[in-house]
Formats: sequence, C-alpha cells, structure tokens
Amino acid sequence: MTSVVDRAQASLAPRVVARKNYRRTMLSIIVVLAAIGILITVFGNERFGWPVIATYLFHPSIIAGIGNTLLLTLVCMVIGTLMGGVLALMRLSPSPPLQWIASVYTWFFRGVPLLVLLLFWFNLSALFPNLGIGLPGMEPWITLNANEIISPFTAAVLALSLHESAYMAEIIRSGLSAVDRGQREAAQALGMKPSKVDSRIIIPQAMRIIVPPTANQVISMLKSTSLVSVIALSDLLYSAQIIYSSNYQVIPLLVVATIWYLFLVSLLTLVQSRVEKIFNRGYAARSQAKKRPSTPEQSEEPTLV
Amino acid sequence: MSDSATSEVVVDVRRVTKSFGDVVVLSDISLHVNRGEVVCIVGPSGSGKSTLLRCVNHLETIDSGEIFVLGDYVGYERKGDTLVKLSEAETSGRRRRLGMVFQQFNLFPHKTVLENVIEAPMVVNGVPRSVAIARASELLQKVGLAAKRDAYPGELSGGQQQRVAIARALAMEPDVMLFDEPTSALDPELVGEVLSVMTDLAKAGMTMIVVTHEMQFAREVADRVMIMDQSRIIEEGAPEEVFERPKNPRAREFLARVSDTSASGRAAQLAE
Repeated sequence: MTSVVDRAQASLAPRVVARKNYRRTMLSIIVVLAAIGILITVFGNERFGWPVIATYLFHPSIIAGIGNTLLLTLVCMVIGTLMGGVLALMRLSPSPPLQWIASVYTWFFRGVPLLVLLLFWFNLSALFPNLGIGLPGMEPWITLNANEIISPFTAAVLALSLHESAYMAEIIRSGLSAVDRGQREAAQALGMKPSKVDSRIIIPQAMRIIVPPTANQVISMLKSTSLVSVIALSDLLYSAQIIYSSNYQVIPLLVVATIWYLFLVSLLTLVQSRVEKIFNRGYAARSQAKKRPSTPEQSEEPTLV
Repeated sequence: MSDSATSEVVVDVRRVTKSFGDVVVLSDISLHVNRGEVVCIVGPSGSGKSTLLRCVNHLETIDSGEIFVLGDYVGYERKGDTLVKLSEAETSGRRRRLGMVFQQFNLFPHKTVLENVIEAPMVVNGVPRSVAIARASELLQKVGLAAKRDAYPGELSGGQQQRVAIARALAMEPDVMLFDEPTSALDPELVGEVLSVMTDLAKAGMTMIVVTHEMQFAREVADRVMIMDQSRIIEEGAPEEVFERPKNPRAREFLARVSDTSASGRAAQLAE
C-alpha cells in the first residue's frame, strides 16, 4: 500500500536530470585525439631541434632580449597611455581647436602602419639632419644632431608610443563618455570641484571600461615590439635572430622566442583578470540585484521640455 | 512647518527665462522660498518644473533673470547690467548650500553606502574621516538604513537607494534641499518609504523645494504648492487653495486629470 503512495508522490514530483548530450561527448573525444596527434607531430619531428631549444631557452642574450622587450613595452605603454589621456581630454573638451588637433593626430597615427612609422623615425636624420628648438623664422635656441639623438631605442620608443597613444586616446575617451551624466551632476550638486569630480567619481568608474581593452593593448604592444628587430634593436626576437644567423638553427630559436612570448602573454592575461576584478567592485552585486524583481528597472531619464 | 517669525528668504528666483534652442522652458518665472518652508512644484511633464529646480543649483544655465541662494548667485557674478558665468570651480563652492536628490538617485556605484555619504563632507569640506563616519551613521539611522552601510548601491532596492541619496545630500548640511521627482523612478510599493523620510525632514524644519507627481504628499506636507504648465507658474498658494479652488482653467484641467486617474497621481504620471 505504501509503495503505491510513494510511487504516486514520485510521479507528482519528478526529479530533473541533465539531458545526455552525445554530440558534445563525441566532439570532446575528437578534440582530445586531435590534440594528441598534434603533440606527436610536433615533438616527434626532430627538425624542431628540442635539444637546441633547451640549450638556448635561458641563454644570456635571450634573457637580455626579454629585458629589452619588457622595458620597451613598459616605457611605450606608459607614454602612450599618458598621451592618450591628454588626447582623450582634448577630444572631449569644448574647445574646437583642441578637438581638431586630437582628431588629426589620431587619424594620422592610426592610419600609418607601425612598421612604416618605425622606419621613418629611425631614418629621421635623412629628413631633418638637425633638430632645433626655437620659433619659426628665428635662429633655433638649441640644435641637436638627429643622428646622435635618434638611436634605435629612441626611434622605437617614439614610433610605438605615438602609435599607442592614438589607440589609447580612443579607449580612454569611450571610457570617460560611458559614465552616466547623472554621476557628474550628483558630484557637482554635492559641491565637488571639477578636478575632484573627475578623480574621485568619473575616472574610477571609467576605469572599469578602460582597463580590459588597455590590458589587450599591453599584450598587443608586447608582441608589436618584435617589429623593432628591423632597426636592429636587440629585443627578444632580434636576440634570437642574431643567434640563428651564426648557428643556422632558425626554427629552434624561433620556437624559443615563441615560448617566451606565449609565457609573457599568459602572465599578462592573469594580471588582467586580477585588475578587472578590482575595478568591478560594486558592479557584480549590481548585476545580481537587477535580476531581483523588487529592483525597478532604471528607466531612461525623461527628456526635458 | 513654516515659521512666520523667521522669514529669511533662502531661494529667490526673479524673472527667469530659459530656452533650449527654440523651445521656451521657463518664461518669466519668479519664486521665493523662506527658511523652513516646503514648496511643492507640480504640473504636467515638460512644463519646465525639473529645469527650474536644476537652474536653482546651476546644473542648468539661465538666459535672463537672476536666482539668489541666501543672497548670492550660484553660478554667476554680476558685471554691470549682465551676469557672467563663474568657472565650474567657483560655482562648486556655492553649491554646498544646496542639497539635491535626483529622480535616478545617482548614487556612486563604485562606493559603498557609507562611502557615498562621507565622500562630499570629506572631499569638499575637509571633515576628518572619523567625524564624517559618525555623522553619516546618524543620517543612515535617520533614513532607516544603518544596517546597509557596507552594501553597494547595486545591492539595494530603488527606495533604499533614494533614501541613501537623501542621506548623502543631508551630510553636507545644506540650507535647502531640492528634490527632482524623487519617487518617479520607483516601483509603487517603494514610494511610501521615500515620502515618509521626506515628511520627517519637512517636520524637522528643512527648507525644501520638491518637484513631484505625488499630489497626496504635496497636499499634506507642502506649505505652498505651485502648478507649472507650458513654462509658466499658473497657480500658486496654500495646498487647500490650489487643490480645492484653483483659479486658472488649465490648472483645473490638470488637477481633474490627476484626480481622475489616481489619488496619488502616480497613474497620471505613467499615462503621460
């Protein structure tokens, strides 16, 4: 008797189980097999020269190259971001001349390929043998020989940071304009000075939007630095090239460079997700709260007039 | 609520006009609010009432006329016959006398409830953190949100957010509080909690200008009610006068429409 009741209750409240997904299982098996196949092909091919790779992975000149790559990435990102910030503010300012300057700058440095820019800066002395500081039509106060000041490193820094600043300007501008207008008004209404409104209310909120694409830019910058090998700056790639030009182990040394690039990019990706979490404070909660029915949807502000 | 013995004028709006492009939003508006007075501004959407409020603390500029807050302009200085806009930095100092509560709350989402309330006292007035926290705790107690001080705005309901916004404005110890449709973005069941905080504030003697659609609130709490329509003040007086014996035909029409649909006026607002 009880068993019938049990069964009746069971039929009233059936248990929900996950649906079996055979296609997904099949695909997983194929992917694993393919991965094994690739690993066998790569590690089974002795032309990859795994012993050579092991020898050069921590070679002093490779390590020095990594140092230069990281230094270049850091310096150009810092300069690019600062200049990008200034350009973003110019674009958002009410002053038309400032807007024009920023627009033309962005147009130019986004339009010219990085490699071309790099070669231009490196060969600047051909264009302007002497660089002077002064007013038009007057004798320059200071004159410098372009050949002396444009080293491969300065050329690389100029090309990479000017190029970067144009991209960062757009990222920072979109971040700043994404902050709700009401935030500025609320801060103003509390009597906060414009500098405080920006530094304490607008920028912290814009950071949430600016940081993820900026982290992408850092990663992209790290890889773009490999272009400086064309002007003989001993970054990671150029250090590898120097070695293989004497021992002809081209593939193994390119693999060494690849391993290091992948390692550094993975490291940066980890940092990126950490930083994103910091700037997401208060927002994870918000997205949850939105699902709660008690929270009213934020409706569009009605237009005045 | 208003004390006739102290008739100090806190806000004095004189012959203000303003247009957005070709559209006139405020035409020849004059209004004065004495210390301790509660003035409610009602009227159909688009009548200019929110703009008027935003002009008082210079979130909007005016085209002509003048607005005094405690005898001073907020965003202008007088040069001969003209008013010249002050820099934003100069204006910010003068805004401290005015507290403002927005329709969309506008709490700082990256700061906790407590941080929202102590931000301006610390940054603008240089109040030490411990003092600011003590005062903020008191205010949060007053609006019934002492338990939520470490929550982020996103974790609160609309009604709770608006109460925090009121506490945040009060933390600057303003001489007058401006409310810009404080309950219009709220679910109906959350309106009461915000209005009750505002009623307490009025009873405590705060000078208030309230732009609202809550006719019941205006009727019960206001010392004076104004009806705005098509950029003008068309009716002004004690609540019973304005609501029972409106003189202007458009005012009568507006009140009839509002009481037709709902006593609270909320449905009327939704219908617009």
